[in-house]
Amino acid sequence: MAKLHFSLVSPEREVFSGEVDQVIAPGQEGQFGVLAGHAPFMATLALGEVVVLDGAERRVFEIQGGFADVTPQGLTILAEHASEYGV
Amino acid sequence: MASLKEMRNRIGSVKATQKITKAMQMVAAAKLKRAQEQAESARPYARRMAAVIANLAAGVAGPNAPRLLAGTGSDHKHLIVVATADKGLAGGFNTGVIRAARERIASLLAEGKDVRIVAVGRKARDLLRRQYGDRFVESFELSAHKTLSLAAAQPIADVVLREFEEGRADVVTLFYSRFKSVISQVPTAKRLIPAEVEAGGPVTDLNGAVYSYEPSEEAILETLLPRNIAVQILSALYENQAGFYGAQMQAMDNATRNAGDMIKSLTLQYNRSRQAQITKELIEIISGAEAL
Repeated sequence: MAKLHFSLVSPEREVFSGEVDQVIAPGQEGQFGVLAGHAPFMATLALGEVVVLDGAERRVFEIQGGFADVTPQGLTILAEHASEYGV
Repeated sequence: MASLKEMRNRIGSVKATQKITKAMQMVAAAKLKRAQEQAESARPYARRMAAVIANLAAGVAGPNAPRLLAGTGSDHKHLIVVATADKGLAGGFNTGVIRAARERIASLLAEGKDVRIVAVGRKARDLLRRQYGDRFVESFELSAHKTLSLAAAQPIADVVLREFEEGRADVVTLFYSRFKSVISQVPTAKRLIPAEVEAGGPVTDLNGAVYSYEPSEEAILETLLPRNIAVQILSALYENQAGFYGAQMQAMDNATRNAGDMIKSLTLQYNRSRQAQITKELIEIISGAEAL
C-alpha cells in the first residue's frame, strides 16, 4: 500500500515527520482520516487527538487547534501546541 | 607620569575587566548555540504557513480578499514594530535595528504619514522613547519570558491586530535583525499587514485537482492570517535572539582582545618606568659615594 507523507509541526519545532499508513485528525467540523492519495484538502482543526497509524504501530498526539493541509505530496498539520501522549 | 602604584592598579583593573568580558563571551557562545537550534526548529512551521497562505491567497485575490491580506486600501496610518533585545553589550546589534527603524519613521513622517510605534525589547523602548515617546502604542519586555515561545509573541500580535481592527493602522511593518550568520546580522523590515505573500513562492502543484475546504476558504483565511502574524513575530524574535548572542559573542571577543593589548602596553610602560627609577636611584647612590 502506498504510504502517506505526514508531518506535524508546532511553532516551536517539528514534532513528527515520516511515512505512515493513515492519519486521523480532529477537524473543526468532524474527525477525518487521511490515506495516501487523498484529494487536496484543507481544514481547520479543533482541540483533540491526532492518531497516526503505521502498520501495527499507533501513535497519538495531542493538539490544540491548527490546520491540516493535504496535498499530493502528503499531509501537513500545523498545530498551535502538539505533544505526544506518554512522552 | 603616573606613579608606579597607580599603574599597577590600572593594570589590575584592566585584567579584571578582561576576565568579565571573557566570561560573557563564553556565556554568549553557549546561549547562541541553543538560540540557533531554537530558531532552526521553528523554521518549518513558518515556512509551511507561508506556503499555505500563498496557496490560499492565489485563490481569493480580488475584492473579497480578507483585509489582513489585501490591506485597507490606504497607506496613511503606519504602525512600526521595532524588535530589539533587552540587553546591550552586543556591539551594533540594537543600534542597527533602531537606525533602520528611525530612517523609515523619518521618511514616513516627511511624507506626512501618521506613524505609531510598538517597542519590543527594553533597548527599543529606551532608545526610541526620547524622540518618539508620544507615538508609542505599547512596549514589551522580553525578559519576562524565560524561554521564547508563542506565549511571548501572542501579546504583541494581539496589539497589532487590535490597532488594525480598530482602524488605527493601515500598514504594519516589523523591524528586526535577520540572523544571517554568527558574525552577520542584517537589520530587516518585514511587512506584516497587508500580508506579504511570497511572489512565485512554492505554490503546490495539485496535478489539476481542486482543493476542497472545510469550512470555507474565507473562514480558513480569517483564522489563519491572524495566527500568521503571531508566527511571523515569533520567528523574528527567534532570529533576534540568535543574532543578539552572535553579536554579543563577537563584541566580547573584541573587548577581550583589546584588554589584552592594553595590558601588554601598560605592562611595558610600567616596566620602563620601574627600570628608569632604579637607574635613577643607582646614579644617585654612585654620585653620592663619589662625592665623599
